[in-house]
Amino acid sequence: MHTLSLTINGEKVESLIDPGTTLQKFLHGTLGMTGTKEGCGAGLCGCCTVMVDGKAVKSCLILALQVRGKSVQTIEGLAPEETLDPVQEAFIENGAIQCGFCSAGMIMSSKALLEENPNPSERDVRHALSGNLCRCTGYHKIVKAVLSVGEK
Amino acid sequence: MNTFEYMPAKTVKEACDLLSKYGEEAKILGGGQSLVNLMKQDFVSPSYIIDIKEISDLDYIRYDEKDGLRIGALTTHRSLETSTVVQDKFFMLAEMEHTLASVAVRNWGTLGGNLAHADPASDLAPTLMALGAEVEVTGSKAKRVISLDDFFIGYFETALQPDELLTEIHVPNSGQGGGIYSKFAQRATDLAVVSVATHLIFDPNNSDLCKDVRIVMGSVGPTPLRAKRGEDLLKGQTIDATLIEEAARLSAEDAQPTTDINGSEEYKREIVHVLVRRSIKEAKARASAQ
Repeated sequence: MHTLSLTINGEKVESLIDPGTTLQKFLHGTLGMTGTKEGCGAGLCGCCTVMVDGKAVKSCLILALQVRGKSVQTIEGLAPEETLDPVQEAFIENGAIQCGFCSAGMIMSSKALLEENPNPSERDVRHALSGNLCRCTGYHKIVKAVLSVGEK
Repeated sequence: MNTFEYMPAKTVKEACDLLSKYGEEAKILGGGQSLVNLMKQDFVSPSYIIDIKEISDLDYIRYDEKDGLRIGALTTHRSLETSTVVQDKFFMLAEMEHTLASVAVRNWGTLGGNLAHADPASDLAPTLMALGAEVEVTGSKAKRVISLDDFFIGYFETALQPDELLTEIHVPNSGQGGGIYSKFAQRATDLAVVSVATHLIFDPNNSDLCKDVRIVMGSVGPTPLRAKRGEDLLKGQTIDATLIEEAARLSAEDAQPTTDINGSEEYKREIVHVLVRRSIKEAKARASAQ
């Protein structure tokens, strides 16, 4: 077992973990933060997307020990309790959520894009979200939602 | 995932010492975008993981007019993609990165890891080979430089010795050249079904003549393959449509694709033919525009 210290959504967290624990399993299983889901578990679907030091990554392909000392942001930390981030609001307004399984990952990838590029083109949005799969195939409304945040 | 002992290394020396101690029982972990995936599926079960991701002095991109480009092994794909000097001087490298997996994978995955993993479907390997790149590897006793042409020796196999670590990628300055990486995949973020990287340099004294050309085919053999007969046909010649067609035909013959879920052997040869033709045309246009 190894000691893992890191910051999650602004709070210091320390835990004893097995080195084979992925960041996704640590967040979802150990800490019970169920927003970060494992879809394919192979880095293809993007459901497990979180931000590490401000950059979108696939938490299912990262050993939790690799982010020791770093700052992780998950869907739970995007906005204070009872409030929503503008990206989350845009998803609701545009009906960009169907079954909801991909939504957390979609929103984290969108958030990372908008922080880097506040006014993305449709091409930029589609490229940034190409690693996030929506099996309900609701891509059009998702892209529309992200673009609407950029326009604001 | 099987259990393993996790050992973070802070320096290259520390990593090499651990490698010489544990040899083939150990695996180097960079970004792990390939390795963690294989471990989760129990395709590989190392007893020791040597995590080198925190060795910060292996994360750099340096350019020098004479020497070319030097890239630390732990530089991420995303850093290569967004580097202004790479976009400016080695456009085909930055452009290739745009087709490699997704932004989130590129944010964490490292260039050295991609090469050492030696997946024949790598996007990076054929592109670097087309640019005549070499790698520096560091062992517990000495360093050596290996041309990428000799680095890949089989499916997921490299010339790295058990105590060696890939530490740097060197891309020579290609001067008045132009190139392109062409990839055929099912979806935007998939591995290549077939890929072709072509880089062409015109004779500085006679801009009609092709001075040198490298055509590298990916995903159609155990390693990225140089299409040598196609290259030889073009060297020293004025490249026209007939010559391009013949080079593409020879390259398709020399590819070694196998039938799998992505397509039959014949189908892949046909794609090689098309991609080689297109990539020579585009490389030629880009080299002329220099």
